[in-house]
This record gives sequence, C-alpha cells and structure tokens, in this order.
Amino acid sequence: MSVAPFQTSANERVERKPRHLGRFALPVYSWLVIAYLVLPIAFMIIFSFNKVFHGFQQVSFTWNGFTTQWYREWNNVPGLSSSFWLSIRLALISMAISTVIGTLLAIALVRYRPDKFRGKGVIEQMLFVNIAAPEIVMGASLLGLFVTFNIARGFLTLVLAHVMFSIAYVAVTVRARLAGFDRSLEEAAHDLGAGPLSTFRLVTLPLIMPGVLAGALMAFALSIDDFVTSNFVGGTSVPFPVYIYGASRVGTHPQVFVFGAVIFAIGITFALLSLVIARKDS
Amino acid sequence: MDESVPADHPGVTRSRRRRSGWGKLLAPYLLGLPAVAWLAVLFIVPLAIMLSLSLKTCDPASGACTMTWSWGQLPHQVNLYHAQFITSLVYAGAATLIDLAISFPIAYWIAFYGGRKKNFFLMMLLVPFFVSFVIRTLIWQFILSNDGFLMGFLRHHHLVSPSFHILGTGYAVIAGLAYNYLPFTALPLYVAIERIDRRVLDAAHDLYANRTTAFMKVVFPLAIPGIFAAFLLTFIPAFGDYVNQELLGGTSSTMIGTVIQNSFLVSGDYAGGSSLSLVLLVVALVGIWLYARVLGSRSIEEYL
Repeated sequence: MSVAPFQTSANERVERKPRHLGRFALPVYSWLVIAYLVLPIAFMIIFSFNKVFHGFQQVSFTWNGFTTQWYREWNNVPGLSSSFWLSIRLALISMAISTVIGTLLAIALVRYRPDKFRGKGVIEQMLFVNIAAPEIVMGASLLGLFVTFNIARGFLTLVLAHVMFSIAYVAVTVRARLAGFDRSLEEAAHDLGAGPLSTFRLVTLPLIMPGVLAGALMAFALSIDDFVTSNFVGGTSVPFPVYIYGASRVGTHPQVFVFGAVIFAIGITFALLSLVIARKDS
Repeated sequence: MDESVPADHPGVTRSRRRRSGWGKLLAPYLLGLPAVAWLAVLFIVPLAIMLSLSLKTCDPASGACTMTWSWGQLPHQVNLYHAQFITSLVYAGAATLIDLAISFPIAYWIAFYGGRKKNFFLMMLLVPFFVSFVIRTLIWQFILSNDGFLMGFLRHHHLVSPSFHILGTGYAVIAGLAYNYLPFTALPLYVAIERIDRRVLDAAHDLYANRTTAFMKVVFPLAIPGIFAAFLLTFIPAFGDYVNQELLGGTSSTMIGTVIQNSFLVSGDYAGGSSLSLVLLVVALVGIWLYARVLGSRSIEEYL
C-alpha cells in the first residue's frame, strides 16, 4: 500500500541497484534481527526440557537429553510458585487501581482547558518526568520514604509503588485514545435525557474501552515484570522477578525456565489472537 | 461541558441545573485528585526526602541519619564514584549506539515495506517483552558463559582461543543491555519513520534525487527527532541498570546502579546512595530538557 508511490518513481527514474536493497538486503537483515530477538527465548524453551546431572538441580549449559521432568515438577522449588502467585495478585491489584485513577486523570486532562483546570501543565510535566525518571531513582527514593516514616515493607508497599509507576502510563495511553473522541455523542445522550453517570457508563466508557484496556494491559505488564522497584520496597514480600534474581545467585533451577516458557506461551497466544481479531475487524 | 447544547432544550435544563455551580467547577480537580495525590505522595515526596537524605549523615551501623546540611556530600560522592559513572556512561552509550544501528534499518523496512504485515513485525520486535526481564538477562548468562550455547560452540570448533571469555567482562554487560533495551530503540524509530509523508519522498524523486540522496536528505533528517527520542528512551534506563551488570559483568567494571543499590540495600548508606541517585536523576532530566529545548517539548511524548 505505502510502497506503491515508491515503486512507480523507482521504476521510472532510479537505477536498479538501490531497489535490491529494499527487495533483498533489507528483508534478510530484518529477519536476522528478529532471529536475534527470538533465538534467546527459543533457547530458554528448549533448555526447559533439558535433563540435568545428578546433584544440585540447576540449569545445565550442555544438552543432556530431553525430559519433561521440570514441567511435571514445576511446583518442587520452595518459594518459586508462591512468589509467582504473589506477582499475579500484585499485578491484578495495581492494574485495577492504576487503571481506574489513571483513566479519570486522562479524562480530566483531555476535557478541560488550562483555564478550567489549573495546574494541568504541571500535572502533565509530572507524568512525563515520572515516565522518564530512571527506575532505580524511584525505587531508592520510595525506600527512603518508607524508612523515614517507619512503614514496614511488604505487600502493601509493593502495591503503593506499582500503582505509582503505572498511573502515568495508563493516563498517557487513555489520553491518546480520548483525543479523537467525538463529544457530540455525549451531547446526544444528554439530549435524550441521560444523566452524567449513565452517559459515562453507556456512551463514554464503551467508546474509550480499547484505550482503557490497552492501559490496563500495560499496567499489568509493567507490574509483573518489575524487578528494580520491587527489590527496594518488597521487604518480606518477594515477587517473582526478585525471587529469580535472588535464586540465580546460587544457581538457576530448571523450573525458572519452565515458568518463563509457560508465561511466554500464554502471552504470545493472547497477542497473536488480538492481531488476528484486529485484522478481521479491519 | 454542555455549552453547545441549546439552553431552551426541554430535556437539558434539569440535568444542567444539577451539574452547574461547584460540581462543574470542581469536576476536573475531582477527576484528577486520586492520581495526582498518589503521585504527589509516592513520587514527589520521596524525591524531596531523597534530596534531604543527601544532606544528612548516616551511621552505617544503626542506619540512623541526622541532618548535617552536608552540601559537600554530592561532589564528594561523584568524585568517589566517578569511575563507575564513566563505566555506566560507556556501557549504556555503547549499548544505545548498537541498538540504534541495529534498529534503524528494520524500523525503516517495517515502516516502508511492512505492508499488511506491519503489526506482525512490530510484535516480533516486542517478543522479548513476553519474557521477564530478569529471565532474559539470565538467558544471556547462559548464552555467553564459557561452556554455554554460543561460547561453547565457538570453543569446541576452536574458533576462539581457550582463554577467551565474554561473561564477566564489560562486553557481556553491553550485549545484555543491547538485547534488553532494543525494543525501546526500535519502536520510537519506527514511529518517526512511519510518520514521514511519502509525498515528500515522491517530490524528492521528482526532483531527480536518487534513492541514496532521498534517504540522506529526506528520510534521515525527518527521522532525527525519533532518533533522539530513541536514544533517550534507551540510554536513560540502561544508564541506571544494574541487573545486567550484576548478572553478566561479575565483579569487574561496576556500574553506578550497582553502587546505589548496594548503598541502600547492603551498606545502609542512605545519604551516599541518595546523592548518587540525585545525580542520576539530574542526568536524565538534563537529557530530556535539552531534547525539549531543541526539538520541542511535546514531541518526545509521542514516542512513549
């Protein structure tokens, strides 16, 4: 589609050699980059089926033969699956909170001009700095806060921190979706006698739902993959990435690759499904 | 909110009256309040506490800190750890440049030749994100270890000398950083190149520019904001990263993130760690401020 105008001009005037760059070298190169991105993950999946030598159970660098032992014994590592469920709980809770309050903020930012909403510019800058700030700075400063006010570190501080770093992403994602929103639809609902709440529930929310869902997914992904902040504020609660990091100092259990492979399979299935659905829609 | 609705419309007046006055004036503040309060208490206040911590003196044994207004702390810490700052600068800089070099052609290809498969290719760029960051780094530990996937193969076939190793060196850290942050580079570049108006390119061709000239004089200059956005979005997190350094770099060549993490979680030197964190934050903010000054403040947000 976008190639068409390019082709005609290239056919007419431009010598042949550069065209091969687009037809041959670039695709080959691009597939090599994709291979570079995918191969380490394939490696992880393959080695989750690798036998290990007797003795301490940790991932072996060499191929010792195929086994499904680690899939059958996925629950045999003390602390691994409980840290995984803790991460899931944490991600669901912080996703729910940050999606709701981030969406409300996004609505306020799109709907009201600075004269109706004083401080809008400052808020937008705060969101921006929040996204841009190095994570180690946010994690360390949160630790300073909790230590200063003598707040015990655990699941609660994890939720507080994860919502904090998700809000800005949700707000920015939803705001992008809201920007193209047709206000006359809400006015029509108003004219038909709908109050503000039912207008929101029946008209606004369904229309911005794709943006809200995208923001929620982002919040979930950010939370479940977070290591740096969780390492600072987790205290007695150990989420999945923190557990793996700690365990890896001793030796990585094969089950870690099993968890990685299964999470990857679930995630990629959902992503491919959404691609297929999006294509059918269009 | 409903200014455009005619006031004499019968259905509107009632609901309008209910929403007028304080409720309507306060609406934006009430909508924004939960998120802003959350960020104020858990993002802004901690940064202020960090600033005050950097002026205190902490007792490593008890962890107790007293305010001593020691303004010398910041330059002292920078001086003490300038080698680690330089290491971070070199590793993060090298990884970012590698990522830019790897990503530009593929971003260009997807934007111009992706056709109907664009979304598929973009998803392939995001594939690493479906595996946890720590696991991704661990995989590279296995790939680069002496008897691992890559090095084992090279050694077995005598392609490298037996004393040659990567794991535990800066090269391994750069390789890990480059792999982990590649999507942060590729996506902003794609957005920037995709946005280029094809008619401008047609015009270049109409004016007898060949493909190389058109690329150098049209595509590349128009992609510059995206290149800088990609640079910042990759460099800033890579600069503060310590996971790659700890898992791949061994004890040699410590990065500043490791120092900060150790002063907070190991040695309990909150004052020193806070000073170094502040420097890190300032580095990030200066980068963004420069970008905003040169290329406009709103544009970087479009790449997030």
